[in-house]
Amino acid sequence: MHTESLLHGGASAGRLSSCALAALLLYGLVLAGDAYQGARKRMVQEIEHTATRTAAETGRRALDRQVLVAMEKVERHRFVPQSQRRFAYQNRPLPIGYGQTISQPYIVALMTDLLQLQAGQRILEIGTGSAYQAAVLAELATEVYSIEIVEPLGRQAEALLRQLGYRNVEVKVADGYYGWPEHAPFDSIMVTAAASHVPPPLVKQLKPGGRMVIPVGPSFLTQYLMLIEKQSDGTITSRQILPVRFVPLTGGH
Amino acid sequence: MPRGLPCNAYVSGLMTTQSVSPPVAGEIPPLAFRLALFLVSAAALSYEILLTRLFAIIQWHHFAYMMISVALLGYGVAGTVVALFRNYLESRFLAVFSAAACAFGVTAVACFLLAQAVPFNALEFLWDWRQPLWMLAIYLLLLVPFFFAAICVCLAFTRYARCAHLVYTFDILGAAAGSLGVILALFAMRPGTVLGCLAAGALAAAGLAMRLNGTRAALAWTLPAVLTFGTIAVMQSALGDLRPSQYKQLSQTLEVTGAHVVAERSSPLGLVTVVDSPEIPFRHAPGLSLNAPHPPPCQLAVFTDGEGMSALLRDDGRRKPLSYLDYLTSALPYHLRQHPRVLVLGAGAGADVLQAIYHEAAHIDVVELNPQTIELVEREFADFSGRPYSRTNVRLHIREARGFIATSRDHYDIIQLGPLDAFDASSAGLYALSENCVYTVEAIQRALDRLAPGGLLSMTRWVDLPPRDALKLFATVVTALERRGVQEPGSRLAMIRGWKTATLLIGNRAFTADEIALLREFCRARSFDLVWYPGMASGEANLYNRLEQPYFHQGAVALLGAERDRFTSLYKFDIAAATDDRPFFFQFFRWKTLPEVLHLRDRGGLPLLDWGYLLVVATLGQALLASMVLVLLPLKWLRNGGHTQGTARLRTAIYFGALGTAFMFVEIAFIQRFMLFLSHPLYAIAVVLFAFLFSAGLGSALSARLAGRTFGIWPPVVLPVLGIALLAVTYLFGLPAVFEALIGLPDAGRIAFAVLLILPLGMCMGMPFPLGLEALGRQAPALVPWGWGINACASVISAVLATLLAIHLGFTAVILLAAMLYGLCIASFPVAR
Repeated sequence: MHTESLLHGGASAGRLSSCALAALLLYGLVLAGDAYQGARKRMVQEIEHTATRTAAETGRRALDRQVLVAMEKVERHRFVPQSQRRFAYQNRPLPIGYGQTISQPYIVALMTDLLQLQAGQRILEIGTGSAYQAAVLAELATEVYSIEIVEPLGRQAEALLRQLGYRNVEVKVADGYYGWPEHAPFDSIMVTAAASHVPPPLVKQLKPGGRMVIPVGPSFLTQYLMLIEKQSDGTITSRQILPVRFVPLTGGH
Repeated sequence: MPRGLPCNAYVSGLMTTQSVSPPVAGEIPPLAFRLALFLVSAAALSYEILLTRLFAIIQWHHFAYMMISVALLGYGVAGTVVALFRNYLESRFLAVFSAAACAFGVTAVACFLLAQAVPFNALEFLWDWRQPLWMLAIYLLLLVPFFFAAICVCLAFTRYARCAHLVYTFDILGAAAGSLGVILALFAMRPGTVLGCLAAGALAAAGLAMRLNGTRAALAWTLPAVLTFGTIAVMQSALGDLRPSQYKQLSQTLEVTGAHVVAERSSPLGLVTVVDSPEIPFRHAPGLSLNAPHPPPCQLAVFTDGEGMSALLRDDGRRKPLSYLDYLTSALPYHLRQHPRVLVLGAGAGADVLQAIYHEAAHIDVVELNPQTIELVEREFADFSGRPYSRTNVRLHIREARGFIATSRDHYDIIQLGPLDAFDASSAGLYALSENCVYTVEAIQRALDRLAPGGLLSMTRWVDLPPRDALKLFATVVTALERRGVQEPGSRLAMIRGWKTATLLIGNRAFTADEIALLREFCRARSFDLVWYPGMASGEANLYNRLEQPYFHQGAVALLGAERDRFTSLYKFDIAAATDDRPFFFQFFRWKTLPEVLHLRDRGGLPLLDWGYLLVVATLGQALLASMVLVLLPLKWLRNGGHTQGTARLRTAIYFGALGTAFMFVEIAFIQRFMLFLSHPLYAIAVVLFAFLFSAGLGSALSARLAGRTFGIWPPVVLPVLGIALLAVTYLFGLPAVFEALIGLPDAGRIAFAVLLILPLGMCMGMPFPLGLEALGRQAPALVPWGWGINACASVISAVLATLLAIHLGFTAVILLAAMLYGLCIASFPVAR
C-alpha cells in the first residue's frame, strides 16, 4: 500500500512534472520565437535608420516601407545553417555552405528596393542560394521564379520555401543564362549569381519599363550594384550604384 | 609567388659563435651527422617555400608573409629553449636531435593538415571576430614544425661549437639545396607529394642520428620509414589532399552541377586547373557589351591556384562565334589600326590572341610565362582550341612580360596587356601587397619603346567603384609619358570603360581627329563610356553606364591638370603612380580612409577596404606578440644571467635589434631589385636566395678573423658595416643603369652576374652578427641569449615590416633606413663597461 501510494504519488508527480516541462518547453519556444522576432525587428529598425541617414545625405528617397515590412516578416534564421543562427539578425553576410553566402540584410533591402516592386508583378531571380532573397521578393510580388545552378542548394531552397508556406515561389535547378522563357516576360529580374557579363537572354525577358539588379563583387563583399533599366521603347540604360554614400575625394561634396 | 628567405643562413650565422658552453675539444661532427643536419636544413627551407605555395592554393597569396615570419620565429623560440635547457638537452644530444627531427617530419605534415582544417576565411576577417583568432591558430600551428627543425640546428651548433664552420657549411649547403630542390621538385610533383618527400627527408635525418646514438640499424631505419609512410598515408586518406577555401573561384565553380576538372598541371608557377561544365556552359566574357549580338563560344575554364579564371575558347575556324571579342573594351585598338603587328603580353589561355586573330592582325608575338598553360592549349586541348599559338602568323615566347619588353628589339603597332589578376580577389584587395613589375612607370616607358611609329599600347583593367585601379593606371601612364619628355600627355591618351573593364590607349603620337571619330563610334555602338580623349567635352562622359558622378572622367581630368598632386593626396585611395621603387600597383589602402569605411560597415561599406593590406598588418601584430611572448619573455627566467647592468642590456638590445631589422630590410629590398633583373620569378627566388645564403655563410666564417680586433676607437664591426653601407648605396643608385645595360645577356650570364653582385654584400652582411655575439660572449656571456632573442624578434617583425614600409616609402627608403640602422650597430657594439 505504502509502496503503491508512493507509486501513485510518483506517477502523479511524474504527470505533473511532464505537464510543467511541456509548458516550460512551449513557453521556451514562444520565448525563442519572440527572441528571433525581437532581433528581427531590431535588425529592420537598424536598416531603416541607416537608410534614412543615408537618404538625408544623398537626397535619395528612403527605403520603401513595404520592403521593410517584408524584411520584418521573413525569418532570416530559417535560411541560415544551424551553426549561424545566432548571427542571423546581425547586419552582416553569413556563409551558407557550397562557397555561397546570404547577403548582408542592408544590401538585400537595398536591392529589393531598387526593383521598385508592386503587387501583381512577376519576378525572376537568378541564384536562389539560401532562398532568403526569394522569400523577401515573394512577400512583395505575386509570382517569383528562381533558378539555382548548385543542385543541393536549389533542392534545399525549394523544400524550405515549401515548408515555410511560400506558394508563389517556384525554384528550378538549371542554367540561369537563358532565364525562364516559359514564364517570361518579367517585371523585374534579380541576378545574385556571379556574372561576368549581363546575359542577353535575360535582357530580352525583361518587360519594357522593367528593372534588373546585379550585385557585383566577391563573396561577403558586394562592391557595387548594377541597375539595368529597359525603357518603354526597349532601349537599355545601366547604372552602377555604390551601396553606400562614399565620395572618393576628401572634402568632396 | 613564393618568396622564401634565407632564415637558416641567417640564424645559423647567429649560432656560429654562440659557444657559451665549453666546447668538446677537437671533436668533429661525424659525416653521418653532417648529412643529417644537411637534410634537416634542406627540409626546413623547402618547407617554408612549400608552405607559401600550399597556402596560395588553399587560401590567398598574402600567407607568404606569414610563412617567412613564422619560420624565423621558430628559430627564435628554439634558441630560447636551447638557452634555457642547454645542459639537459646537450647531455642527451643525439637522442634529442633524432626526436626533434622525427617531430619535425611528422608535424610538417600534421600541422599543415590541421592548419588546413582551421575554418579561417580571409573574406570574413572584419565581419567575424573569430577570424583573427583562427589566423593566430594557423600561425601557432605552423610554428611547431619550424621549432623542431630549429632545435636540431641550434643543438648542432652548441654541441659542435669548435667546429662551427663545418656545422655551418652543412647547414648552409642544406638550406641552399632546399631552396633549389623544392623548386625543381615542384616541377616534377604535386605540392602535396613534395610535402611527403620533405617529411621523409627529415625522418631520414632522424634515422641517421639514431644510428649514431647506437640504436640498432633495423630500428633506426624502420621507425622513420614507418613514420614516413604513416604520415603520407594519413595525408592521402583520412584528411584528404589539398582543400582550397570554398570561396575561391575554382571551388565555387566545381559546385555547379556537372562541372568537373578535366586537366591539372602543377609547377612552382602555380596550379593550373582546367574545368569543363557541360550542363551549364561557361560564358566568361568580362565586361561584354550589352549590345553584343552573339554570346561567347564554348569554353573551358582555366584557373591558376583556384583563382583568376580565364577562358579557353573553342575555335573551329568559324568567325561568328568569336565575334563577341569585338564587343569588349579591349577591342578598341583594333578599330584604330588595320592589319597591325601585335604583341600580346600575358596571353594565358589565348583569348587575347584570338581577339587579335579575329581582327586580322598581320603578325602576333605572344608572351606567356607559364609553359604548362601553353602545353594545355596546344596539346591536351588542341582539338578544342584550334591551336592558336601554332598559327603561321603567331610567334610564341615563353618569357616574363617585363623581361621580354626589356630585351626585345621588335616594334609593334599594338601592344595588348589584359588584366592578369582575378576580378574578385582584386576587388577585395587581396593582391594589395603583391609586387607587380609590369604596371610601373618604368615598365610602361620600356613598353612605349617597343611601339612602331603610330603604335598603341593598350592596357585593360577591372573597373572598381569608386575608381581605383583605372585611375592608378592613368596616373602611372601620365608619369611615364612625362618622364619621356612628352609635353602634353593628355594628347596621347584615350580611355573608355564598360561596366566591368576599362581600356586605356597610349599612343606614341597625338591622336588624330579621324581616330577620335572612330573611338567615339566604337563606344556608341557598344554603349561603352568615354573617360578621356584629347579635346573631350565633359558632357560626353557618363552617358551609358551611369555613375552618380562622372568619377572616371573627373579623375582623368584631374590627373592631367595642374592640381594632380592635390587630387592624388585628397583621394581616399592610394592612386599615386606605381614605380619600380614602389611596385605595389594593387595597393590602394590609406589609413585615413579606415575610420570612415569602418563607420560605413552597416551600410555595405566594407568592400571599400583593401583586405590584403590589413591582413598583413594583422600578421605583423601577431608576429610581434608571438615573438615577445615566446622568445623574449622566457629569457627572463634564464638563471645563469647573474646581474647585468641595465645599460649593457640596452646596448645589446639596440645592437641586435638594429641588426636583425637592417638585415631583413636590405635582403628584402634587394630580392625585389634582382627580380627585375632576372625577370623570371623562379630564377630570381632561387638565385637570390642561394646567393644570399652562401655569401652570408662565407662572411660569417670570415668574421672569425676580425673578432676581438679594434680599429682605433672603432669596434671590428665597423669594417663590414662600412662595406654594407657602401655597397648598398652604390647598388641602390648604380644598379638600375647596370641592369639596363646588361638585361640583354642570356639567362646564364644574368644569373652569374647577379650572384657576383650579391656575394660581397652578403658576405659583409654575414659578419656583424657573429662579431657581436663573439664580443658579448667574451664580455657578458649572460647576455648572449638575450641578444640572440632580440635579434630573432627583430627578424620576425621586420620581414613583414619591410614590405609595409616599401609600400609607403619605397624600397630606396627601406635600404637607406637599413644603412642608418647599421650605423647604429657601430655605436651600440657590445663593449665591456
